[in-house]
Amino acid sequence: MNEIGPALISIAFHGLTLAMVLYLISVGLSVTMGLMGFVNLAHGAFAMAGGYIMTTLMNRSGVGFVPALVAAVIVVTLLSLVLERLLYRRLYGGDDLDQVLMTMGLIFMSIGAATYLWGPLSQPMQPPDWLRGQFTVLGRALPIYRTFLIGCGAVIVTVLWLALEQTRFGSQLRAAVDNLRMAETVGINTSRLFASAFALGSGLAALGGALGAEVLAISPAYALENLVYFLIVVSVGGLGSIRGPFLAALMVGIADTGLKYYIPEFGAFFIYALTMAVLLWYPRGILGRT
Amino acid sequence: MIWKHVKRAGAAALATCSLIAGAQSAAAQTTVKIGIVNSFSGFLAAPGDEMQKGMDLYAKTHMKDLPAGVGIEVLKRDDGTNPETGKRVAQELITRDKVQILLGVMGSPIAAAIGPLTAEAKIPLILTNAAGVSLTRISPYMARVSFTGWQTALPLGKWAAQQNWKKAYSLVSDFIPGHDAEGAFVKGFTEGGGQMLGSVRFPTNNPDFAPFVQKAKDAKPDTLFIFVPGGTQATAMIKAIKDLGLREAGINVVSTQDLVPDEEIPNMGDAPVGLVTAGTYSIAAQRPANTAFLAAWKAEYGDKSIPDFFSVGGWDGMAAVFDIIKQTKGKFTSDEAMAILKGWKNPDSPRGPISIDPNTRDIVQNIYIRRGEMKDGKVVNTEIATIPDVKDPWKELNPPK
Repeated sequence: MNEIGPALISIAFHGLTLAMVLYLISVGLSVTMGLMGFVNLAHGAFAMAGGYIMTTLMNRSGVGFVPALVAAVIVVTLLSLVLERLLYRRLYGGDDLDQVLMTMGLIFMSIGAATYLWGPLSQPMQPPDWLRGQFTVLGRALPIYRTFLIGCGAVIVTVLWLALEQTRFGSQLRAAVDNLRMAETVGINTSRLFASAFALGSGLAALGGALGAEVLAISPAYALENLVYFLIVVSVGGLGSIRGPFLAALMVGIADTGLKYYIPEFGAFFIYALTMAVLLWYPRGILGRT
Repeated sequence: MIWKHVKRAGAAALATCSLIAGAQSAAAQTTVKIGIVNSFSGFLAAPGDEMQKGMDLYAKTHMKDLPAGVGIEVLKRDDGTNPETGKRVAQELITRDKVQILLGVMGSPIAAAIGPLTAEAKIPLILTNAAGVSLTRISPYMARVSFTGWQTALPLGKWAAQQNWKKAYSLVSDFIPGHDAEGAFVKGFTEGGGQMLGSVRFPTNNPDFAPFVQKAKDAKPDTLFIFVPGGTQATAMIKAIKDLGLREAGINVVSTQDLVPDEEIPNMGDAPVGLVTAGTYSIAAQRPANTAFLAAWKAEYGDKSIPDFFSVGGWDGMAAVFDIIKQTKGKFTSDEAMAILKGWKNPDSPRGPISIDPNTRDIVQNIYIRRGEMKDGKVVNTEIATIPDVKDPWKELNPPK
C-alpha cells in the first residue's frame, strides 16, 4: 500500500463506474416506488432485458454498438408500457404484499425465460474497437470502456435532472410525487403520467443494463442477484427522489470498491453495515421526504 | 431461436428413447440397470448438460461393443444442484429401481451426501465430475474418473516456479474448491522456490472483480493465480483481467481449467489469449482419440455444440461402466465391479491415458499446461507441456489415519 494516490484513483474510477450503472438502473425504481407506491422488485429484469437485446443484436445479427443500444432501450420501453397496462396497473394502490408477490413472480419468469432463450451462461459483451483498450493517467491504466461508461452516465444524469426541472412532464411528475391527490385535482392526467414515468424508468434501466453489461454481466439470474444492490441504492437514497439515489449509488459504488480493494475478505459485509448505519440516521433515506 | 431449442430437446428425448428401446430389444437375457445422478437444473445445469452429453454419446457409439444378449437401461435423475435432493434420488435409484451401478454427480457437496449410501447399500458410484479431494474416502464403493482440485493446481504451481517466475499472488473464490486450489498452488509454487506476495479469497457472489484484480496488480507480482468456478463468474473475471491490462503489465495469469471451459471460450472474445491454465482436457488436443471423440460429438450434437472437460468426464465414466459389463458379460456383484474399477485403465480417453489408482480409487492422469492462442479466428487452449501420470497429491500428503 505504498502508493496511496494511484490506488485512490483506481478506487474512485471503478467505484464511479459501478455507481453510474447502479444509478441508471435504480433511478426508475425510485420513481415508481416513490410516485406510485409500487414495490417493483422485477425492475432489474428490464435492465437484464436491455442487456440481452443489445448483446443479441450485436453478437448474432452484427448490428453496431450504438444502434443496438438504442434498439434495446426502445424495445424495453415499449415492452414496459405493455406490461404496465396488462399487469402493473391492476395493483396500483394495492397491498404491498400482492405487489411483492407479483413482481417476485415476474423475476422468476424472467430467469426461466432468459435461461430458455439464451442458456444459463452469461452473454458476451464485446465493446466496439473504438472503446477497447486502456489509457494511462498518473501511472494507472484505466480501461477506455469504463471511462466511456462514466461519461455517458454523467451526460444522462445531467439531461435527466434538467428535464425534470425544466419540462412540463418534470413539473407534473414532481407535483404528483409531492401530493398525488392535489395533482389530480388540478387536472394532471396521473394515469398517463404513471405510464410515462414507468416507461421512462424502465427505459433508463435498459440503458443501464445494456451499457453496464461489462460491469454487471448479463445472465439469467441478473434481476435476482443484483436486486439487493438496487434496493440499497433506492432505500439509502430516498424513495421518490431523483438526486438521492445518485448520492447513494456513489456511496455504494465507491465504498464497495474501496473496501473490496483494501479488505477483500469483508468487502461484501461492510456495504450492508454501511447501509444499516445510514438508515439508522436517515430512516427515509438521505434525500427522502418526511 | 426457440425452434432450435425445441428441436434440440426433441432430439435429446429421441436419443434417450432409442437408447432404452435399443437396450430392451437386445435385452433378451440380461439388462444392466445404470443409475445416473446429474444436475439438470440449478446453477450446475449447464456443465451438467455437458457431462450428460458425454455419457450419452459414449453409450450410443459403443452399444455395439456390448456382449451378445446384454443390454443396458439408463435411469437419469435430477439432483437440482442440491445435496438433499441428490441423496433422495440416489436412494430411490438404489432401493426402488434396483440399479446395479451409479454414475455421475456434478457437485462435491452432492457427492458427499450420496457417499454414505453407497457404503451402506454396497452399490458402486463412479464420480464423473465432483472434484472435492477427500470424496473417495467416504465410501469404499466410490471411484473417480474426473479430477481433483489438487491434481491440477499443484502441478501448475510447480510449473510456474520452473518458468523462473518468482513472485505470485493468489486470488480465489471463497469456498472449498477455491481453498483447495489456493492450498495446492501455494504449495507447488513455494516448494519450487517461488514466493507468495499475498492471497485473497473473495466472496462467491460478486458482481465486479475489478477491485480485487486491481489490488493484485498493485502488489506487482510476476504471476497471478486465479481460481473461480466456471460459468458467469469466469467470464466476469476474464473481463476484469483484460480491462485492467494485466498482460500489458507483464503479469503471467495462470489458473485451472475452470476459468476457461472450452464451451465458454466463444463468450470471452480474445480475452483468454495468453492465459496459462492447467487442466485435464482441451478440445485443441492433438490425439487420435480426441479427434475421433470430436467427430462423434459433432455428428451427434451439431457443429455449434462444443464439448469440454465435463463431457470427457461423463464419457470416461460410461466407458468404465461398459468395461465392467464387457468383462462380466453383464452379471457382476458390487465387489466384482469395484475390483475391476481398481486399476481400470483407458489408454484411449480423449484426454490421453487414464487409470484408477487401486489404493485410493482416484484417477491418475496427465495434467496439461495449456496456453490460450488464436487459431483460425478462434481462441483455443493449446497444450504446451504435459505432466504425466499425476496422482491426487493431496491424498499422498494426507495419508488416511
